[in-house]
Amino acid sequence: MMKLKKKIPLIDQHDKHGFWGGKFGGNFIPETLKKPVDDLTDLFENLRYNKKFLNQRNYYFKNYVGSPTPLIKLQNLSDHLGGAQIWSKMVSEANGGAHKIYNATVHCLIAKKANKKYIVGDTGAGYAGKMLSMAAKKFGLKCKIFMGIKDMKRQKPNCEAMRKNGAEIIPVYSGSQTLVDAVSECMRYWVSNCDTTHMCVGSTVGPNIFVKICGWSTAQISRELKVQIKSEFKKIPNKIELINCVGGGSSAYGFWSEFIDYDKKQIKLIGVEAGGPKNSKLHAAPLTNNAKLGILHGAAAYVCQNSEGQISETESISAGLDYPGVSPIHCYLKDTKRASYTSATDEEALNAYKLVTKLEKINPSLEPCHAFAEAIKNAPKLSKDTIVIVNSCGDAKKDRDILKARLRKIK
Amino acid sequence: MKVSLINSTFKKTKKENRPALLTYTVAGDNNKKISLEILKSISNYADICEIGFPHNTPIADGGQIQSSTYRALKNGIKIKDVFSIVKNFKKLKADKPVILMGYYNMIYQYGDNNFINICKKVGVDGLIVIDLPYPENKIFAKKCKKKNISFIQLISPTTSKNRMKKIMQDSHDMVYYISMLSTTGGKLKVSPKKILENYNKIKNLNKKKNIVIGFGITEKTIGSLKKADGLVVGSALCGEISKSVEKRQNPVTNVTNIVRRLKNKII
Repeated sequence: MMKLKKKIPLIDQHDKHGFWGGKFGGNFIPETLKKPVDDLTDLFENLRYNKKFLNQRNYYFKNYVGSPTPLIKLQNLSDHLGGAQIWSKMVSEANGGAHKIYNATVHCLIAKKANKKYIVGDTGAGYAGKMLSMAAKKFGLKCKIFMGIKDMKRQKPNCEAMRKNGAEIIPVYSGSQTLVDAVSECMRYWVSNCDTTHMCVGSTVGPNIFVKICGWSTAQISRELKVQIKSEFKKIPNKIELINCVGGGSSAYGFWSEFIDYDKKQIKLIGVEAGGPKNSKLHAAPLTNNAKLGILHGAAAYVCQNSEGQISETESISAGLDYPGVSPIHCYLKDTKRASYTSATDEEALNAYKLVTKLEKINPSLEPCHAFAEAIKNAPKLSKDTIVIVNSCGDAKKDRDILKARLRKIK
Repeated sequence: MKVSLINSTFKKTKKENRPALLTYTVAGDNNKKISLEILKSISNYADICEIGFPHNTPIADGGQIQSSTYRALKNGIKIKDVFSIVKNFKKLKADKPVILMGYYNMIYQYGDNNFINICKKVGVDGLIVIDLPYPENKIFAKKCKKKNISFIQLISPTTSKNRMKKIMQDSHDMVYYISMLSTTGGKLKVSPKKILENYNKIKNLNKKKNIVIGFGITEKTIGSLKKADGLVVGSALCGEISKSVEKRQNPVTNVTNIVRRLKNKII
């Protein structure tokens, strides 16, 4: 029986082969990447306990990322729904407009320590790419971003931002032309250039070390949140629900990591995957729909696939969640029953966007709107003393074209 | 112990004082029937045939093999078709070693044991699994050995000396040296001299093992590497199939012509 350990960060609860719960994660990589991955592992394990490096990280989190991002009460939405108190952690107010800045900043700091001059990364919604290009510019690294051509078309504002930051966007035409192919192409590029180039994987996916670096970076969100909750409520309240969207799962892990040790009766963790268009079979919700264990991008995890092991195409209005796989650590949280996972459809996310932006002065992107959809569904059934906190992990500026087309209006 | 077909093939080519020529084509490219025809025809010149079982998320393949892969998948290739291609090929060319090559998820979904058993049944001589590196591949490699299937380990320019030793120790009949930091089909960006230097480092660890070189090998470069035990050409052939399909020419003839010319350069 799989069991979570207490007092050890989840990212460190893997065995010597890199597997969480004996079966999620690992390193399914070509021989050429073995050494770069081992080198990166050694470097990171060294840096994360190095005081100077930690000070540097904390300095940039505070003065560059803009940490801590605010925790605000959504009074109008709470009153409207008439149940739980709904709060939002406004991670979208971080520099650049999303949680991806944490991982991007840490990767650039590591690349500098590794004496690499180039950095490459994948992106779906464009936030991982935008942030990496921003941080690369800040730290003087040359940057290439791999992005599916379908995503380039639907997330134009972020592409403009990447180019402005001096990054080169490499359009990916293969397969479904979305995030899954961008990650593959980025890995291929790294196979060919690993001697000079550092690779940043944009979420808690990929070979073991990339899951760890990303989780270690986004975990800052929950450290901030813990302090904020304590100062707001004088203690950790008795009934909390932390709701977060899940694509690869980097923001959700970051939002939850400090709270995993708490009893789930006190702090519920709810992940919301992309259900895709209503009645569509092409969802991007492997955890919700009990997808089989498979290997994608160097790790074993639940993944949308057919019986032969071909990876399925997915469809979602939100490019950031439009990914057939999911982080091995979320698979582990699912199987140990610490977190529960569900999905919201495109339509539910859009309706959530409409309601939230009508009642509150916030503008969450389509990814966190999946989480808001779940909160809206649940809140009326919950008691007044339940604190529901939604991670508003991205800003909707990037979604202006989609929202315009689908809602015929922009806020 | 019975000498494996892979080993006896290398013995033969060594006797002829030349490297073995290994070809790589994707099963089902550009359709099931033609891919079998290509194999039948090129095996008149090739010593060992590597056959790719196509996966739609190939993280280590360059553009040409990706095109072959997507074409084969689009034409509906399934893993059972790959096995039937091998079976039919082996019926005609029982003495030609066949090495299947692909990504681990497809084997994993099929079940390790199931996959190996069927490989044995249809006459597969060796397996290359690109994303199952050493030491993660230890258990799987043992299972292969039990069925007299060679599990082929890979070594790359980034492989450390220490690791190289361990990989060689656990290797079977053949070891695959990746010539450079690249996906398949990249332009040869390292000098043949440097490649052979690395090759000799591996070879000197165990002279009995057959070491083949792959990645970046074309008609242009093959002649300069003929000191190796074997040379693998893949992307050049996959690229030729793409070109033939585009020009509505017969890929069987065109690919065979390349393989014949490659062979002539190493005799």
